[in-house]
Amino acid sequence: MSTIEHRFGPYGGQYVPETLMPALAELEAAWLSARDDPAFGAELNGLLRDFVGRPSPLYQAQRLSEAAGHPIYFKREDLNHTGAHKINNAIGQALLAKRMGKRRIIAETGAGQHGVATATACALLDLECAVYMGTEDMRRQKPNVERMGLLGASVEPVEAGARTLKEAVSAAIRDWVTNVETSHYVIGSCVGPAPYPALVRELQRVIGDEARAQILKQAGRLPERVIACVGGGSNSIGVFVPFVDDREVQLVGVEAAGDGIETGRHGAPLTAGGLPGVLHGAYSAIMQDEDGQILEAHSISAGLDYPGTGPEHAWLRDSGRARYVAITDREALDAFATCARLEGIIPALESSHAIAWAMANGPSQLDLVCLSGRGDKDLAEALDHLGR
Amino acid sequence: MTGLERIAAAFESARADGRRAALMPYMMGGFPDLEISLEIGLEYARGGADLVELGVPFSDPLADGPVIHAAGTTALRAGVRLPDVLELGRAIAEHVPVIVMCYANQILVRGLERFADALLDAGASGLIVPDLPLEEAPAMLRACEERALALVPLVAPTTPDARLAVIGAQARGFIYTVSLTGTTGERSGMQDGLAGVVARAAACTDVPVAVGFGISTPPQAAAAAAAGADGVIVGTRLVRAAGEGDAPVASVGALVREFAGSLAVAG
Repeated sequence: MSTIEHRFGPYGGQYVPETLMPALAELEAAWLSARDDPAFGAELNGLLRDFVGRPSPLYQAQRLSEAAGHPIYFKREDLNHTGAHKINNAIGQALLAKRMGKRRIIAETGAGQHGVATATACALLDLECAVYMGTEDMRRQKPNVERMGLLGASVEPVEAGARTLKEAVSAAIRDWVTNVETSHYVIGSCVGPAPYPALVRELQRVIGDEARAQILKQAGRLPERVIACVGGGSNSIGVFVPFVDDREVQLVGVEAAGDGIETGRHGAPLTAGGLPGVLHGAYSAIMQDEDGQILEAHSISAGLDYPGTGPEHAWLRDSGRARYVAITDREALDAFATCARLEGIIPALESSHAIAWAMANGPSQLDLVCLSGRGDKDLAEALDHLGR
Repeated sequence: MTGLERIAAAFESARADGRRAALMPYMMGGFPDLEISLEIGLEYARGGADLVELGVPFSDPLADGPVIHAAGTTALRAGVRLPDVLELGRAIAEHVPVIVMCYANQILVRGLERFADALLDAGASGLIVPDLPLEEAPAMLRACEERALALVPLVAPTTPDARLAVIGAQARGFIYTVSLTGTTGERSGMQDGLAGVVARAAACTDVPVAVGFGISTPPQAAAAAAAGADGVIVGTRLVRAAGEGDAPVASVGALVREFAGSLAVAG
């Protein structure tokens, strides 16, 4: 019988109320059976191809490469249906929910991309959908709120705390505790209690599997560095994992430095270090005070505005296989504008962090950057800050 | 007496008095402020509490509904920290055994041994950690055992029998039976099948069975006792009263007496 990890080194685990423990066991059993079932795989792969548009292209960003002074390839997750990598996981988990006989889906969203992806999967598969979203993020990402409504999801505003992603996840978990017998929680990143971090990684590794084959074909070699942004860390874990055994390939996760790590107003628990702890069911790198109270994160990018991170990233850091760096709001905004101007691609503010780091940190023989999503959703926020 | 002995004695004394069940009111430490919070704890003891469950404010309380979450947020904003709450516990523990309720991260950040020492030093008798299920509990269970403190496990209506048996065997002090699938908070009725939930828990353990979550009126408390519970935990209704009106201590005191009355000897 196949298994799935609960721990990555010391990280991970299942720190949740007892009410949810049987549901986590049920989810794990359902996933282990589904992933070995050729019919499930065929249905998922068919949807990824015909509905999502996979494989997504690998594209050499010529003018950006010239500006950076070294070659940069983009893995174009922005070209997926719904505009980001989030759909890879949402479709997979919605199919799994259906297989488990659960007709109601709960999700949380920060930037709105996971919410839109889940609402889309639910429309396609005829499932009821409730998406929790902080009211500050609803303000920052208004078009996505409207999209979710149009797709038939109910967007549940969350007023607690800083009214962003952390509180949205908490609200979604509370809904799940209450409605666990009828509902499946489609968590949006490689965070949360086991088996979610590993389950989400398995659904997102299609990014890296495709990218590895594409770069070998197009460039005739492996990249020197694979670079991706890290909030919860799902696009990065998805693109990293197929390269983990290629020891010569550097893996670089780019977190949000916000106003700067030294200001404390950031979303970079891996880069900033400090004591690990428990947030949303998993032991991992988190932002907390000396009493274990969780701190508010800050980033201009709603998708990176999260004080925790996936437990597998914490382990990739500690084991030395990946390294984690951080890019400020300002640097990300500059990369956002530069990429639009030079490449005709408007990247998500999240992905702009990865682009900013790649451009500023040469030399490199070949960079593979995961362009995790498109930036249409960010126009109002970004233009405001760029002073236009 | 050790913490384990004090808890056992509290349940035994309720039984010896012929009462229907022991009463365990919950309070959020430091809410509405530290001074009133202390008075509330002492009023609980005077009003007929057999044990007191003392919550430590936490930023992200996953098992709690909006009323207790908001109370914790208020306390945190006023600067209430763990040592403050443990001092409240020390004063209340002079009268009734105190069970501290907090979340896993608050323990991990201090270290299990240091945290357990702090509980012991403050005279607490037990600990409830709603996000520390069986699988994650062994180290904390050992730290509590070494100090004769009770690590009280929770069981839910969703807990399967085989799992219940393992939890019941490890339970110390009492077993906390969650009456419904959901977070803490007031509900209008009691969940059907409560007697079954209580009987299932009682069958798998030697320690008393307490019922909590959603018990907000004296008739609901009486119903829980009638369903076979050895103890009844009342939280949100009392925390709400603590945050309302000009005389929170008096209104909380009146409520606790009503709950105690509903569990008093029949006739």
